[in-house]
Amino acid sequence: MNKPFAITLDVGSSLANKTGSWRTQRPVYLNRKPPCNHQCPAGENIQRWLYLAEEHQYEAAWRVIMEDNPFPAVMGRVCYHSCEKVCNRGQVDLPVGINSVERFLGDQAIKHDWQVTPGAPTGKKVLVVGAGPSGLSAAYHLARSGHAVTVLEANDKAGGMLRYGIPKYRLPREKLNVEIARIKRLGVDIQLRTRVTDFAATLAAGHYDACYLALGLQRPRLESLPQQGALPVLDAISVLRAVELEESVALLGHVVVYGGGNTAIDVARSAIRLGALSATVVVLEARDQMPAHPEEVREGLEEGITLLNLRKIIQIQDHTLTLEIMVSGEGRETLPTGQTEALHADVLVQALGQAGDYSLFSSLPQEVTMQNGAVLVDRNGMTSLAGVFAGGDMTPSARNATAAIGAGKKAARHIDRFLSGAVESACLPQELADIRWMNTRYYSEAPRTIRPILDVVRRTSGFAEVVGNLDEDTALFEARRCMSCGNCFECDNCYGVCPDNAVIKLGPGNRFKINYDYCKGCGICAAECPCGAIRMETEQI
Amino acid sequence: MSHQPVKFYQTGTFTVGNRLLDESIRSVQATKTRSNSLNSGHRACQGCGEALGARYALDAAMDVSQRQLIAANATGCLEVFSTPYPETSWQLPWIHSLFGNAAAVATGIAAALRAKGRSDVRVIAQGGDGGTTDIGFGCLSGMFERNDDVLYLCYDNEAYMNTGVQRSSATPPAVRTATTMPLGAEPGNPFGQGKFVPTIAMAHRIPYVATATVADLFDLEYKVKKAIQIRGAKYLHIFVPCPLGWGAASSDTIKLADMAKECGLFPVFEAEHGKVTGVSKIRKLIPVEDYLKLQRRYAHLFGKAPATDVISKIQARADENIRTYGLLDTDVR
Repeated sequence: MNKPFAITLDVGSSLANKTGSWRTQRPVYLNRKPPCNHQCPAGENIQRWLYLAEEHQYEAAWRVIMEDNPFPAVMGRVCYHSCEKVCNRGQVDLPVGINSVERFLGDQAIKHDWQVTPGAPTGKKVLVVGAGPSGLSAAYHLARSGHAVTVLEANDKAGGMLRYGIPKYRLPREKLNVEIARIKRLGVDIQLRTRVTDFAATLAAGHYDACYLALGLQRPRLESLPQQGALPVLDAISVLRAVELEESVALLGHVVVYGGGNTAIDVARSAIRLGALSATVVVLEARDQMPAHPEEVREGLEEGITLLNLRKIIQIQDHTLTLEIMVSGEGRETLPTGQTEALHADVLVQALGQAGDYSLFSSLPQEVTMQNGAVLVDRNGMTSLAGVFAGGDMTPSARNATAAIGAGKKAARHIDRFLSGAVESACLPQELADIRWMNTRYYSEAPRTIRPILDVVRRTSGFAEVVGNLDEDTALFEARRCMSCGNCFECDNCYGVCPDNAVIKLGPGNRFKINYDYCKGCGICAAECPCGAIRMETEQI
Repeated sequence: MSHQPVKFYQTGTFTVGNRLLDESIRSVQATKTRSNSLNSGHRACQGCGEALGARYALDAAMDVSQRQLIAANATGCLEVFSTPYPETSWQLPWIHSLFGNAAAVATGIAAALRAKGRSDVRVIAQGGDGGTTDIGFGCLSGMFERNDDVLYLCYDNEAYMNTGVQRSSATPPAVRTATTMPLGAEPGNPFGQGKFVPTIAMAHRIPYVATATVADLFDLEYKVKKAIQIRGAKYLHIFVPCPLGWGAASSDTIKLADMAKECGLFPVFEAEHGKVTGVSKIRKLIPVEDYLKLQRRYAHLFGKAPATDVISKIQARADENIRTYGLLDTDVR
């Protein structure tokens, strides 16, 4: 120690002074779960594909969607995008138009003919019953895992309710056809016009190792109304099916639709397009309680449909409907008032929901466990029959196309595990990327690009698609409004704002690392991280 | 507006870097090759705004001068925490003489370089608000009036922090310091005292005067780069919050700098030859109260009986800045 009094260090750099010893808390990088991903019924990694889309990497972005959902072009049109409702950007200005970007990517894939590849063959055979969104989704994921998949479908065409329940003006058929064809190119064998009547025999004949039932709900649930006279009464499922098949359907004069769901609105909007004089939707619930998606109700009203909320049809006398006026009670309950009014109708369409058709089970030696008209499944999606899984509308679930696609994906995962004997990998629940962890002052102000909506006159005169496309510039702009909640997007803020140069930049794609030798734990990096990808943790001393 | 932010690219130029921006318009701080002029291991407090501001400014100056840079430093926190014998954090030729003579030392360096015919080497003088606005003010004014080829950087944290938070002529009214205690009829630093050196520098009609904060990096780097390339006397006044002296959370340093600008208390502008040529507009106007509340040096204004009269007098100062410099933009940004 040949050093002057009170001097402990050689002349030189301050790097010898490890200021990290001052620290009482340390910054730690983490990924939090963005609310959009958390919300998506199909389990899409939305933040990730928006991140890639921001960089013009459209194909890579599309492939991220395809990891979870084989229908980007379809869902970019018909999904009710609950992701946008929870988008953190909505608390800053307006939510990111996730749905329109998905649609743009889906259409890019069709334009450039991007395809996916099947997995290495496993030698296992899986039967899927029903080529609706859930069945096709399961078939797609199973094929990507290398299983040989056969899909049996009773109808002339695949698509299920995507084809026979959603009108053309919301989903042009060429988009649906391309995305189904892409699934077929994975080697999925879709046998049309093949109704399964004897389930046991079908299973035995095909030597299947597992089966996924995705029958959906094909039968209308009809309410028997006291009727006198000859007013034609139709059901919504048959009407939408006839519209799809371009069969003649007597939606003329004053059309009354009974029901408050999306199907009811679809029928009324179709009636307007087919030249009905008026289309009135009689809804039991109040406007804010009805199950139909508000956006669809709004578009319907713009096209000239009429809503009669809090009304119950109690009697039909020739062409006059007697409606009882209801009032809202507790929660979703409605109470009668005893007051009535009359409504003229030339045709009445019932759209009060659907029920399942389980006649295929009749040949089975054992019972299939049911609950409230739905097939009961365990936490692995398996029915009471070993190796037979079920999902989509026929099981207790949220009943929309996105949920069905998600159910198909989950079922495929369970079936894959069932076939390979693998155990479920434990996966730690991720913390949600709440906006309070974020610093939104760093995001540029930018309003949402509104999808150009065809003017009302043009769309009511035919079945042309109602919601328009984003062009590339606006899609890119929209993608770049994503705040990347909870996931580092390499903005260099932590690297820049550290007063101690204690953040190491690892280069594009590799993010950053904290140099704990010098980090004093001031917390600026965490406070100034726009997306909330850094957390301060107390040091264990 | 002096620095025009790039917008619509997720974060535009609001963040330090942005992978979506062309490399040519990214900040020096975003590069892996920045010089880290003030290196790790310095002994500044956690969350020091001055350490951050000094690295921001000097890295930009190093970048634009191709690392041909010499700095003279006044006494103060910046000198003490960076260079306790025998170690130094500086990654450039750096000299410390006295508290009050940084501008004069820099003038000497500039004269020596001129004598040696070295026009490629640029000279910086730097200090805190005490060394600049009080103790070194005579030397600074001399450097200005002779138009010496020096860029003077003042890191303003509004008091003498190194010696225990005593009032300086840059301390704002009502602030509690060790020498302006919150006692009596007019608690804290009195109203009607102090000075704003950027406007005094402008009165010297020197080629370039500007203000900046550590919350707007692109603006700060733009101003340093511009100043370094001008021959003659330049003055850059950088607002650097001090967590210790202000009684603020160490993680709030950048937030406070941003709020000071957004409420109008600290105007961000640039001036050439005595005339204001550019102003950073307020992005989202906030009341001064939001800014004051986060700092314990203003704690005596709040609590059970808030001193609303004092707060409104501070608000009036912000409003006057907004009017004087035209800080509010009527256009939609």
